[in-house]
Amino acid sequence: MELAVKSLLEQMSQSLATGQRIEIRGFGSFSLHYRPPRVGRNPKTGEAVALSSKYVPHFKPGKEMRERVNESRATTPIKSADNGN
Amino acid sequence: MALTKADLAERLFEELGLNKREAKELVEMFFEEVRLALESGHQVKLSGFGNFDLRDKNQRPGRNPKTGEEIPITARRVVTFRPGQKLKSRVEAYAGSEQ
Repeated sequence: MELAVKSLLEQMSQSLATGQRIEIRGFGSFSLHYRPPRVGRNPKTGEAVALSSKYVPHFKPGKEMRERVNESRATTPIKSADNGN
Repeated sequence: MALTKADLAERLFEELGLNKREAKELVEMFFEEVRLALESGHQVKLSGFGNFDLRDKNQRPGRNPKTGEEIPITARRVVTFRPGQKLKSRVEAYAGSEQ
């Protein structure tokens, strides 16, 4: 079971790392969003640093996920306390 | 071509020697487990991959982009995904243009 979950997460990470989207019906889809190059700053020294373009993972919840989570709102408080919300 | 549940199950079959039906059920169970946790108000942390967080949004004014008509966007609970450092750095290195 643990091995299986490990395999699933590795497959999903590998898929995104090679630019392949993930589509899980009723759960959601994972894709990559492009970030153009920009000039950033070292917050400590104020020095300008050139940052190259990159991709970041993006998740879009599927219909069933959105509906089930939203329906739970009326009856269920959010329990996670450590995510800064 | 996107990665699907069928692909995930196929690999479980190949790698772990589960039979195809078990592999399919396991994939189904995994995603259902995450949904159930979120539905019961819990944040889900998947080490090396990322966190699924919940946020309650207040009602806010919106607009029908077609007609320009003002309609309120009702209060709702949404799921957000925060990729972990490991996934972020693996994806960052991706240089291709295919999506």
